[in-house]
Amino acid sequence: MTEGDPVVTLENVSVAYGKHLALRDVTSSFSSGAVGLLGPNGAGKSTMIKALLGFIVPERGRMRVLGVDVAESPLEIRARVGYMPESDAHIPGMNAVSFVAYCGELAGLPGVDAMQRAHEVLFYVGLGEARYRNVETYSTGMKQRIKLAQALVHDPDLLFLDEPTNGMDPKGRDEMLELVRDLAHNKGVNLILSSHLLPDVEYTCDQVVVMDKGAVAAAGPIAALKQPRGRVYELRVKTPTGGIEAFLQRLRAAGLDCHATDEDVMRVFVPGEGGARELFALASAERVQVRHLRPSVPTLEDVFAHAVGEE
Amino acid sequence: MPIHDQGYRRYGGDKTRGGTGWIVITRAGIRTFFAKRAFLGLLLVSWFPFFVRAVQIYAATNLPQAAFLAPTPETFRQFLDQQQIFVFFVTVYVGAGLIANDRRANALQIYLSKPLTRAEYVFGKLAILMAFLALVTWLPAIVLLIVQISFAGNFTFFKNNIFLFPAITVFSFVQVTMVATAMLALSSLSKSSRYVGILYAAVIFFTQAIYGVLYAVTRSTSLSWISFSANLSQIGDVIFRQPLKYDTPWPVSLMMIAGLIVISGVILERRVRGVEVVA
Repeated sequence: MTEGDPVVTLENVSVAYGKHLALRDVTSSFSSGAVGLLGPNGAGKSTMIKALLGFIVPERGRMRVLGVDVAESPLEIRARVGYMPESDAHIPGMNAVSFVAYCGELAGLPGVDAMQRAHEVLFYVGLGEARYRNVETYSTGMKQRIKLAQALVHDPDLLFLDEPTNGMDPKGRDEMLELVRDLAHNKGVNLILSSHLLPDVEYTCDQVVVMDKGAVAAAGPIAALKQPRGRVYELRVKTPTGGIEAFLQRLRAAGLDCHATDEDVMRVFVPGEGGARELFALASAERVQVRHLRPSVPTLEDVFAHAVGEE
Repeated sequence: MPIHDQGYRRYGGDKTRGGTGWIVITRAGIRTFFAKRAFLGLLLVSWFPFFVRAVQIYAATNLPQAAFLAPTPETFRQFLDQQQIFVFFVTVYVGAGLIANDRRANALQIYLSKPLTRAEYVFGKLAILMAFLALVTWLPAIVLLIVQISFAGNFTFFKNNIFLFPAITVFSFVQVTMVATAMLALSSLSKSSRYVGILYAAVIFFTQAIYGVLYAVTRSTSLSWISFSANLSQIGDVIFRQPLKYDTPWPVSLMMIAGLIVISGVILERRVRGVEVVA
């Protein structure tokens, strides 16, 4: 694998749980850096990660992680990746430092190195002071951090983070996102962050793969996806008749995508370079007063909604 | 590097290749149980019959009046029989939670996200229980043999019964393997170690009880293959060259034991997975 190659590729991958197809002929790739795996609950995000780890054998298709075929060398892959599961997970009866060191040893680190790195990683994730406490006594937020610590202890080349901010309070969530961002941008760890929370992905990742109903709905750099092929405006108008339906029909007839959000407010998508000037021209022709016009900045939410077919 | 940046750094050392993960699991498991006082107490009590037998051997070799206590191959067979009660308690104490607790804490996906096969995981867990069971069966029996040699001051008994060492080893291995795989399979069926312990006790006592009822009705021991304890006893008698207690042919008993081990293996293969799939 050379620099710039995707860290994960999927070719026509289908995964089924009985009769239910969780992944439908997915073909996609994840470039190096931080990539968000975005989608509503049940979109197939966790299934994809579990298939990439070799937990689930796909019905068909081929997957490669860090240039290695998942079907051929799952152990080689697992030695180089870290996995932070979505659900609560720990080894019972251990304190945090023993647990993380144990995970390090399982990943192939010598005992002394595993223990040393366990201490370091626990301080890094903010559990330094609580590292001798039994993991079972930890709060939800602390359990999220320890899951990150066990995924990091062997210094993976690629991290799979499945809903890392689940159940965390706002402060803890911010700190977790900061850690994830730091890992990706300052520590050179590639990561795939699966989440249904748009702000989490937008804050930590450069690229995104949007999933819906087991298929990839959109993919690419977040900045590029947010770049519209036109502009969106929020518009408040006053019409001679009092209703805006006639004006909306005129806008649609002119090829603009628009919908009313209130009695006199609407969101209008103006394709191409026309922009506000085109809107003013149409309003003038309809003798409609434009009381308010504000360009609307597209968010990842817009990209997501568009990708999964929501208004 | 600024101080705040020192919390995480890349690892430059060597990593061991795959295939050794089970050793890590076994080592950690053994360490965990040795840290429990109740378990140490159980181990200590399980060696009490050994001390009684050692005194018996001492008396037989040093006091002419106690010559009738002289050890025979049957002594070792009986000793291993006596240890069965401790095998039961150690199996329940150690084995019930080996996989059940991991399932309760969702630890399987942690284990299997590391470079570790499912077979290594199972073998690592199996080795914990087998090591402790060997500690209450094979080890005291072998030490007892050494004690006999030491007190007698010669190898006469050992040479005359040269089969004892392999017999103790083979019987202990069969017993420990059967019990450990069965318990591990039961442990993989539930998330509650308490429930697993009860289930194990039920299987042992239920099969024995059914055989007891059938024996009371038919007055024949040919149905002893129903009871796992009886099968083990039958195989033990064959290995130690003792008269058989039951009419069941010993190959049938052996097949029952092998069948139990195979079924346990199949259960473990199905239950130990990184993801629980409910189809």
